[in-house]
Amino acid sequence: MMDKRTLALFAGCILFGILPMFINPYWTDVLNNVGLYTILALSLNIILGHAGLFHMGHAAFYAVGAYTTAILNTQYGVPVMYTMPLAGLLAGIFALIVARPIIHLRGDYLLIVTIGIVEIVRIALVNDIFGLTGGANGIFGIARPSMFGFKIKKPEHFFYLIWGFCLLTIFFMHRLENSRFGRALNYIKEDDVAAEGSGIDTAYYKLIAFVLGAFWAGMTGTIFAAKMTIISPESFSFWESVVLFTIVILGGMGSIRGVLVGAFLIIGLPELFRELAMWRMLVFGLAMILMMIFRTQGLIPPPPRKYDVLAYLKDAIKPSAASAEGGAR
Amino acid sequence: MEEFFQQLTNGLAVGGIYALIALGYTMVYGVLKLINFAHGDLFTIGAFLGLTLLTSLGLTDHLGAFAGVVVLAAMVIVLVGLIGFLLERTAYRPLRNSPRLSAVVSALGASIFFQNAVMLIWGARPLVYPHNILPKTIVSIFGMDVPLVRIIMLGTSLVLMYALYYLTHKTKIGAAIRAAAIDQGAAKLMGIDVNRVIALVFCIGPALGGAAGVMVGLYYGQISFTMGWLYGLKAFTAAILGGIGNIPGAMVGGLLLGVIESLGAAYISIAWKDAISFLVLILILIIRPTGLLGERVADKV
Repeated sequence: MMDKRTLALFAGCILFGILPMFINPYWTDVLNNVGLYTILALSLNIILGHAGLFHMGHAAFYAVGAYTTAILNTQYGVPVMYTMPLAGLLAGIFALIVARPIIHLRGDYLLIVTIGIVEIVRIALVNDIFGLTGGANGIFGIARPSMFGFKIKKPEHFFYLIWGFCLLTIFFMHRLENSRFGRALNYIKEDDVAAEGSGIDTAYYKLIAFVLGAFWAGMTGTIFAAKMTIISPESFSFWESVVLFTIVILGGMGSIRGVLVGAFLIIGLPELFRELAMWRMLVFGLAMILMMIFRTQGLIPPPPRKYDVLAYLKDAIKPSAASAEGGAR
Repeated sequence: MEEFFQQLTNGLAVGGIYALIALGYTMVYGVLKLINFAHGDLFTIGAFLGLTLLTSLGLTDHLGAFAGVVVLAAMVIVLVGLIGFLLERTAYRPLRNSPRLSAVVSALGASIFFQNAVMLIWGARPLVYPHNILPKTIVSIFGMDVPLVRIIMLGTSLVLMYALYYLTHKTKIGAAIRAAAIDQGAAKLMGIDVNRVIALVFCIGPALGGAAGVMVGLYYGQISFTMGWLYGLKAFTAAILGGIGNIPGAMVGGLLLGVIESLGAAYISIAWKDAISFLVLILILIIRPTGLLGERVADKV
């Protein structure tokens, strides 16, 4: 018998799942964007939320993934979905190369270097690096993806692809949060000197956090390229990184639910006020300031980790008590 | 050689502007340990306010070019300084004791707010400064022709920088600013009103940025509401190059970055101009994370 909360969650998921049948393609597309940003923000959450590394250049990794897919598909005719693991892998390798020399930087220094990286990547793309990226116009004519012989082309098809992948991401992130790796990252965030003192190889863990986050962003890049069919350097500007950064901080660092709510608020909510186009961003900026003043920890900060010490002690005492009894006999 | 000299003087003129903006970043970072992302947009506001005052009051017509520009710069300095003061009061002071990242997001919010406010007030199209204010004379130095404008630009930024240096290193209030930057708690115990010092820093920094905005308008002629963030980013790079929190460092870093960028654009590739400055930044941080003039600080545990 499932408890009420799980039941409500399932009902909510099913309701959300049949939503595309009732809303027009425009709003389905808005939900698709929210989904993409959710996945990206969740991948940034490993680096920024869990490891506490000030990383404002996530669009660079996203760009590597999207361009990998676009180039492989348009130049070599590789089917889009097959390029996904490779897009992730290349983004991960790219992250490994650029993050390795800067991993020892702290706080604001890291922040500004990652901004530098995302700008260099964008300029490289604009300048048609290796003659592959198509310059400022980007690459167009990326094929629609197909899965199990089904061609994904309409917004509602993408809805299921994106939110399916999002569900997978949430599951993966949830597992990560409670793993040894997740705990080590949290320790580094709270106090990296103490973490190092406790035998955690901080540079190694930070690097893995970067590579994992980049790998996931790269795979999301594939979906983005497939959805848009046209990609250009402007899609991966510094501004995109700022939006992702804001989603994570505003939602609550290190909290999956927070990131979900943050993505809906930052990507979805402005769509409701389309008529106010000119004033929208002004209010958006003001809202960011007010949010931080009145809810400094973000909307839904992660619950503090709890350990049931009593249960743990009981568990630890029992076998030894039993063996002590055994010894007495 | 001729080409090199031209690029060098151009680099120094632009570098002076970078240095002026960088001073605002570095002073704020010194006392608050906060990257004021809205600083670049205050610079934009300075440029637009300058244009409005210039055309509506006709300063240069009444007072002549030189006095007109000086009065204009003084007015912009006061106005932008006031905006900076209000910004600190509303967006940063309530977050003084919050986690660092909250203040960063608040700063980003302020940046978005200002950028869109400028767009709503002055429109989304680039505006043009009247181009008959600065003299078009070309002077010859060591047999090389240099536009007089470049020398004026560099001279003005050097004068403003010296004024700031004098303020921070030779006066009592400057000593208070430096003390608050080193240790706020100890400064409070010594009877320094840290809140007033921070408010003052938030007046001076944006004021210099606003002056730089007017200079960019006069030098390049064209201003747009989005120009703040690239200048801001470059100036921040300059501040880190010289060692953030270090006032002479920001001056040296700004001039150096201007020259590097200008020479890089001429001899390597103009399309990669911006990438070169960021690459320099990354290399500096890998090799010498505290910047050129920054001193090594031991980690507090």
